[in-house]
Amino acid sequence: MALLEVRDLKVVFQRRGEKPFTAVDEVSFDVEPGQTVGLVGESGCGKSVTSLAIMRLLAKRGNQVSGSVSFEGTDLLRLSDKEMRDRRGRDLGMVFQDPLSSLNPVIPIGLQITEVLERHRGMSRKVASVEAAELLDKVGIPDPARRLSEYPHQLSGGMRQRALIAIALACRPRLLIADEPTTALDVTIQAQILALLRELVQDTGTALIMITHDLGVVAGLCDQVNVLYGGKIVERAERHALFAEPRHPYTHGLLASIPRLDAGRGEKLIPIRGSVADNIPWDGGCAFAPRCPNALGVCREVSPQLTPDRGGLLRCHNPVIPAVAARGGAR
Amino acid sequence: MTHAVPEQEVLLEVNDLKVHFPIKRGVVIDRTIGYVYAVDGVDLAIRKGETYGLVGESGCGKSTLGRAILRLTELTNGNVVFDGTDVAGLKGEALRKARRRMQMVFQDPMSSLDPRQSVESILTEGMKAHGLAKDKEATAKRLRELLAAVGLPESSLRKYPHEFSGGQRQRIGIARALAVEPDLIVADEPVSALDVSVQAQVVNLLEDLQEKLGLTYLVIAHDLAVVRHISDRIGVMYLGSLVEEADADALYENPLHPYTRALLSAIPVPDPTVEDNREQILLAGDLPSPARPPSGCRFHTRCPWKQQSLCDTDRPQLREIGAGHRVACHYAEDIRDGRIKPHEVEVELVGAGELNPDVGGLPDVGSAAEIL
Repeated sequence: MALLEVRDLKVVFQRRGEKPFTAVDEVSFDVEPGQTVGLVGESGCGKSVTSLAIMRLLAKRGNQVSGSVSFEGTDLLRLSDKEMRDRRGRDLGMVFQDPLSSLNPVIPIGLQITEVLERHRGMSRKVASVEAAELLDKVGIPDPARRLSEYPHQLSGGMRQRALIAIALACRPRLLIADEPTTALDVTIQAQILALLRELVQDTGTALIMITHDLGVVAGLCDQVNVLYGGKIVERAERHALFAEPRHPYTHGLLASIPRLDAGRGEKLIPIRGSVADNIPWDGGCAFAPRCPNALGVCREVSPQLTPDRGGLLRCHNPVIPAVAARGGAR
Repeated sequence: MTHAVPEQEVLLEVNDLKVHFPIKRGVVIDRTIGYVYAVDGVDLAIRKGETYGLVGESGCGKSTLGRAILRLTELTNGNVVFDGTDVAGLKGEALRKARRRMQMVFQDPMSSLDPRQSVESILTEGMKAHGLAKDKEATAKRLRELLAAVGLPESSLRKYPHEFSGGQRQRIGIARALAVEPDLIVADEPVSALDVSVQAQVVNLLEDLQEKLGLTYLVIAHDLAVVRHISDRIGVMYLGSLVEEADADALYENPLHPYTRALLSAIPVPDPTVEDNREQILLAGDLPSPARPPSGCRFHTRCPWKQQSLCDTDRPQLREIGAGHRVACHYAEDIRDGRIKPHEVEVELVGAGELNPDVGGLPDVGSAAEIL
């Protein structure tokens, strides 16, 4: 049994007087201990909503979450609020994109860490501060004892993100969800944080769900990658397979549209035409069809299903054939 | 933009440009208690028709440099020679006239376009200000041309910015800059606010426009992959000054400055095989505060190649090593030839207190970066 099993997760936003909006639909995936699973996609694809739904952090009002999220056999979606509070922080940790707005500005860093330790591990304040200093040291914050009494605004962006990771790791969770943890950071700092996450997964066997829009980050970190588009998984593959032979035209288009440092210069980028605003609803075909260079008539009529494909999964009527891709494009 | 730019005439020349922002304190009487050395002595030259890329991390002064060139920020020192005239000394009407030829494309198209102005009004405003919109018919024709050039439908004219997606808004921003027929466009992070699939559209558009209109670009960005793709030459900035400048390919194939090497190695490549096998140079610590830059070489506090002599005492000047390749490092040749090996770096704390020792906490490093 996998550590985390997400099955048919569906999130519908229902606002009064507005048409319900399905942000996430038919999302199923497993996470094994020590595994890093990536959720990749552009803004609005539902990757963050998926993570919030797993953590049960979506507001109850106006959101309908269905499906199941089973963590070691317990369905998190069926737990009471109190039971879920005990799990959060202890079994499941989360790191958010913007460290400054995720930390409490008027409470010292140290107290924000010891709070978790006291709550979940029953430590006394004294023992907890020693442990907190060790945690800060582990995530690479220099002079940790002094940092404990400092406030978030006194730390730099990279240090804040490290502090946030320290809080998430305080109770040695078995699953860590990182939602765009490096997007707000500079590249050299990003490299530090990614190295830290990689090390943590290797040393502690923590499972990691990495949510990002950056395919470069995915390439270096994730074992398995789920590509999301319009709230559904459109492709899943092991990372080597995904990058070597992307099958979904969207994945292929994404890879062709980013300039690469190691490729020859001067080749024109091949953009994906249009924008997310052009999507059609899934029940009337494939949401990506209006932007897709491979689109057929059937793509605007029949909604594609997620089917096994070369060891991964694929949701497409007319996938990219690798030999064609190598010759310069799916179009 | 792959064609090699021949030794053409220089369109823009920047000499010893400095921008220092005062740090003020006091409620009734403002006392200046220090300076943020945002840009501290930059020399560069941009030739006609080329794309010059400026890269660096947040807080390195690249945006301030771009704004200072357009005189959107007052210079503390130095001059900016644009097509033979020193723009830095211009005032009033002369400055206003000069501005027609230098335009800017901003990072966030939502906040740089007036939400209550229609696209038509946005595009004609600059033309009117510079007396380019006298004839009604000619203006209408020009508007159609502009929209066609940036790939927007004609119906856009009556719409307002909120009716467009991010990529389309950036196209409006570009059309606005083009409306007054400029020679130089300074693009500050033109694609970083856009989704990856849309970024390529805007990058291609900038390239096409340059080919068609013979524009000169100064592209400021933190994404080295994007900058390398569109630039002919690249300058790397660190803490207010250029540390290396070279042709785009030379910089990538043969980076000489330790900072450039670290920056290149830090950028994730979307290819698992490359990612698994490459060696990263992880820089220790954070960018020091530009209000209290380190002595000597600004990079010596984080440099894995730092030596006992010179580095912490003498500030290296940009010097030429090889054709068109300039680098500001005392030991560039030794590093290139492998005579010096990298070593561990002790992390030095960069706290908010360092920005302003008297005040203690505020303002923090983050907001200093925002000032820049």
